[in-house]
Amino acid sequence: MNHSIARLTWVNVRKDLRLEWRSRDVLNSMLFFALLVVVIFSFAFDPSVEESRRMAGGLFWTAFLFSTVMALNQSWARELRNGVLDAYRVSPSPSEALFLGKVIGNFLLVLLLECLMAPLFVIFYNLSSVGPVWQLGVVFLLGTWALVVNGTFFAAMSIRTRNRELMLPLLLLPISIPAVASMVLATTNVLTGESSPVLQMKFLAVYCVVFTTACFLLFDTVLNAE
Amino acid sequence: MRGLSLELEQGRFYVLRGENGAGKSTLLRMIAGLNEPTEGHIFIYGIKNKEALEHIGYMAHAPLLYEEFSAMENLRFFAQLYGISSDQPLIQALERVGLDPKLERRVGQYSQGMRQRLSLARAIFHSPRLLLLDEPFSNVDPDSAAAIAKLLAGMRDEGKTIVLVTHQIGLLSSVADEYILLSHGQLVERGAMQRVTA
Repeated sequence: MNHSIARLTWVNVRKDLRLEWRSRDVLNSMLFFALLVVVIFSFAFDPSVEESRRMAGGLFWTAFLFSTVMALNQSWARELRNGVLDAYRVSPSPSEALFLGKVIGNFLLVLLLECLMAPLFVIFYNLSSVGPVWQLGVVFLLGTWALVVNGTFFAAMSIRTRNRELMLPLLLLPISIPAVASMVLATTNVLTGESSPVLQMKFLAVYCVVFTTACFLLFDTVLNAE
Repeated sequence: MRGLSLELEQGRFYVLRGENGAGKSTLLRMIAGLNEPTEGHIFIYGIKNKEALEHIGYMAHAPLLYEEFSAMENLRFFAQLYGISSDQPLIQALERVGLDPKLERRVGQYSQGMRQRLSLARAIFHSPRLLLLDEPFSNVDPDSAAAIAKLLAGMRDEGKTIVLVTHQIGLLSSVADEYILLSHGQLVERGAMQRVTA
């Protein structure tokens, strides 16, 4: 990777995290939403330990998928306020650095949310994993990256549309179905220990590489589209 | 814009005039590379405008600033995009527009006039050779506006080219060199500034 892109990516990550630290817009809304999902589902169902293991994968990823959508909308809205995105566009900084910076910033925030929510899931659903827990870590890293990289790209695509909050899920969810299905299946496989999640993990890795490359290459066109 | 052909000289101060919707802001955005012309090209010092971005300073209607950051934090972020790591040019830019570099208040708490001045500092900190300014005097008190006009004249004297959109033409009567009048996206008149103010 070009040294300048790496340096400017880091500049953008630091800026995004500092803005989030000051406002806490994204983290608060994500946390609130994910917490609602956990609490509502825990009241709606009263699963046994075995049933919890089977449904937790779906619950996890439903909560994180929709929380991520909220985060992504907010992170670009910040760039539109006061037209700051134009200041970036008139600078000689490559647009790829902005994209990667946003992806990494959003990835870290969603990971933080997952770390905060995981203990709650364990408590509310009385969860314990039969398979190795490190595999869950890999699934969460790959799954979160898959959601965030596509989400950041499609959020950028929808920022100039009138109903951008509606547009993002319409664009993101269909393209995320294969990844979400793999995440859910892999998580369930690890929790129940009934079969190996390696195939789904490989699929997620390939998905991440393909979509990261495609989004990286197309971002400049999306950013400068009028 | 329609059929516009325009050549600007280095070290001159131009004022873009015209009624609302004449295309003044669009022209500035095109020169800055924010809008693409459907036909034709824009060259800045012989280079295509998109490849000459480090030579351009752009100030828009909106302040183009993060409200959660202080003045210095905003400038530091944008400076890094231009490969500038020293605070010195940022402090100088803030002082030139009459803002205190030590001010720690966040931009969200600034008055409109202060935002406007900070926005100008953001446009000039990297010493651009071409400065594009869209209504830099709006929301600025008369004394500050006169000071900004004087600052811009000084930058013109340093050899920088300035293209400015304003409706407050009187402020620039003694400092600008030429006016360019646009109407419905077309250039209709161009001449010495004295002709407007005479």
